[in-house]
Amino acid sequence: MFSILLENEEMLSAGVKIEGNMKRYTFSFLILIVLTGVLFVWNVNSGSVDLSVAEICRIIFLRTGDSTAYNIIWQIRLPRILAVMILGGALSVSGFLLQTFFGNPIAGPFVLGISSGSKLVVALVMVWYLSMSKSMSSGEMIAAAFVGAMISMGFVLLVSHKVKRMSMLVICGVMIGYICSAITDFVVTFADDSNIVNLHNWSQGSFSGMTWSNVAVMAVVVGVTMVVTFFLSKPISAYQLGEVYAQNLGVNIRAFRVALILLSSVLSACVTAFAGPISFVGIAVPHLVKSLLKTAKPLLVIPACFLGGAVFCMFCDLIARTVFSPTELSISTVTALFGAPVVIYIMVKRKAG
Amino acid sequence: MAEANAGNTRKYEAEASGAMKHTESGNSPKQFYFHTEKLTVGYDGKPLIREIEMHVRRGEILTLIGPNGGGKSTILKSITRQLKTIAGTVYLENEVLHRLSGKELSQKMAVVLTERMHSELMTCEDIVATGRYPYTGTLGILTDEDRAKVREAMEMVHALDLCDRDFKAISDGQRQRIMLARAICQEPEIIILDEPTSYLDIRHKLELLSILKRLVAQNQVAVIMSLHELDLAQKVSDQVICVHGEYIDRAGTPEEVFTPEYIRQLYGITTGSYNPRFGSIELAGAAGEPEVFVIGGGGSAIPTYRRLQREGIPFATGVLHENDVDYEVAKYLASAVVTERMFEPVSGEKVQEAMKILRGCGRVINCVSAFGTMNARNEELVAEAKRLGILTVEKGYD
Repeated sequence: MFSILLENEEMLSAGVKIEGNMKRYTFSFLILIVLTGVLFVWNVNSGSVDLSVAEICRIIFLRTGDSTAYNIIWQIRLPRILAVMILGGALSVSGFLLQTFFGNPIAGPFVLGISSGSKLVVALVMVWYLSMSKSMSSGEMIAAAFVGAMISMGFVLLVSHKVKRMSMLVICGVMIGYICSAITDFVVTFADDSNIVNLHNWSQGSFSGMTWSNVAVMAVVVGVTMVVTFFLSKPISAYQLGEVYAQNLGVNIRAFRVALILLSSVLSACVTAFAGPISFVGIAVPHLVKSLLKTAKPLLVIPACFLGGAVFCMFCDLIARTVFSPTELSISTVTALFGAPVVIYIMVKRKAG
Repeated sequence: MAEANAGNTRKYEAEASGAMKHTESGNSPKQFYFHTEKLTVGYDGKPLIREIEMHVRRGEILTLIGPNGGGKSTILKSITRQLKTIAGTVYLENEVLHRLSGKELSQKMAVVLTERMHSELMTCEDIVATGRYPYTGTLGILTDEDRAKVREAMEMVHALDLCDRDFKAISDGQRQRIMLARAICQEPEIIILDEPTSYLDIRHKLELLSILKRLVAQNQVAVIMSLHELDLAQKVSDQVICVHGEYIDRAGTPEEVFTPEYIRQLYGITTGSYNPRFGSIELAGAAGEPEVFVIGGGGSAIPTYRRLQREGIPFATGVLHENDVDYEVAKYLASAVVTERMFEPVSGEKVQEAMKILRGCGRVINCVSAFGTMNARNEELVAEAKRLGILTVEKGYD
């Protein structure tokens, strides 16, 4: 009799716990969605040209108004904000995948030199195209960035076979990043063309100059990759336990590792192709999101990371655009300011290298 | 659920899937659930151990023993598909292990390895729930039935109270129990454990192995594990395999394998010895002319024997019956033992023999507080020691 009572109580407490977790998850997602909305509006609202809220509403919903203002909203601000959201989300998820792959919380496309690899190849191809007076299409940019990402990834994988220590891996990644950046700077400095000014801005990381066609391409690429990633939530959760346990649970390790590499590379290549290398988002956002959700379950973390990345990047882009307006800061300057402390915090908390 | 194929395994299939039901264990002749044929294992194509033949039935525990670096883990890694086998075949029921899909295998085989399981923000319950992976849908969402199985498994290892604890923040003993619960939750037909008792203190070792033993009987799973502790291996295993050298050194029931000579040879023990009756290890006693004579019997003298051995004093003891518990220790530690045949009263002849040794010793320790019919004449030894003025009295175990 007593044991039955106890059992019921246990079931009850289990039920309460599941409900409690659900509440937390719902609450977290609500916060992220609200923040996305608020920052979206705020971003549309701010810039070097002041526009009233009423005017903006009229332009967006009724599609009428002063033609300069109309163009600023439709041709500059909206595509930029959407790009920031898509690319910010992509970058965070890419970071999460790399952290899973290496079992290392400070892995990310930037610190592992993957972004810089993309940057190098895109810069080389771009300079080559410029010398033939051609310009690169969005697709070609992504392809070049992907090749660069795979080259850097190849190096990192080689190193990770040799050294097992996580800090060493990150140091190697940072070095690869420096080498790639140095070569890029070299190429950019000596390529004599007026267009190179754009290239220079891009190589520092910037969301400026996004067009609707850019947005369309990145939406398709990131969208497809995100759907695939989301449906890999289950094997990712097994892989988090460690390779041997994942294998015992029936995960095809080899195929899964290849999938992780490809997905994270596509995501970070897409970001680099359009906005250049952006630092620390890939590490900071997944960490913050996990702390918010209090779980690392991929099923929740992947969509939350995407939203979190969008929020984080919209916030940083807002600062980059407005603080020293009309001068624009490079986006990495701002993301580093907010992201690097998070990375330091993670490393201190983990202590062991 | 798993499909039953062979007729006589059908019953066990049903039990395994119905879980946690009490059954009468093993009375009908059973076929082997797991066996290997001329299995050769090693790293990078280099054979380490050749032509391994292992067999285990459901409801049985097969234990791998042998010195460190002998290849126990290599064998376990090979039969869990972490390591490519070099030659030979592994069979699960009548299917070839390497032809099973990852999912099929994951529903049949669970592992508890020495590798630490990584966890991030995971409670013990979350960890146990990962065992349900082979049964959940595309997104891996747990159903109420899955949750009930998780609870059942945790209950079986007495870990319900750990449910909400962070997996990283629990003790080694608790962690192993959780890992076992996770394996149970996977509803396997066979569980492979690599040194599950390492780093555990004696209480947790016993606890873990009792749970395992119960699991094997109740759910009729087969178990293959490696163990360091010979005494535990002897007590818990149905079959033992000794991994040493290029071939399996010896295989059989614990009674066949655990002989003192063999264990000494297997582990290359040169000092000390192995007592198969107790399954215990004895350090070597001091050799040489006995300096102390111990009058013992009925287990009273064991603490004294051990103390003398620790202090490095060679001693003689008697008169002990061959079935006396003191004799089991004395024969490994004493430099001379005077014995009487079992179930016979101590004879005058034996007392005289003991007397001779006693007179050559500088000291006599009497551990026996009351003499009975069978060892009445040992009192003569006490009297003689008293006469010589070299008697001390010591109290042994009560």
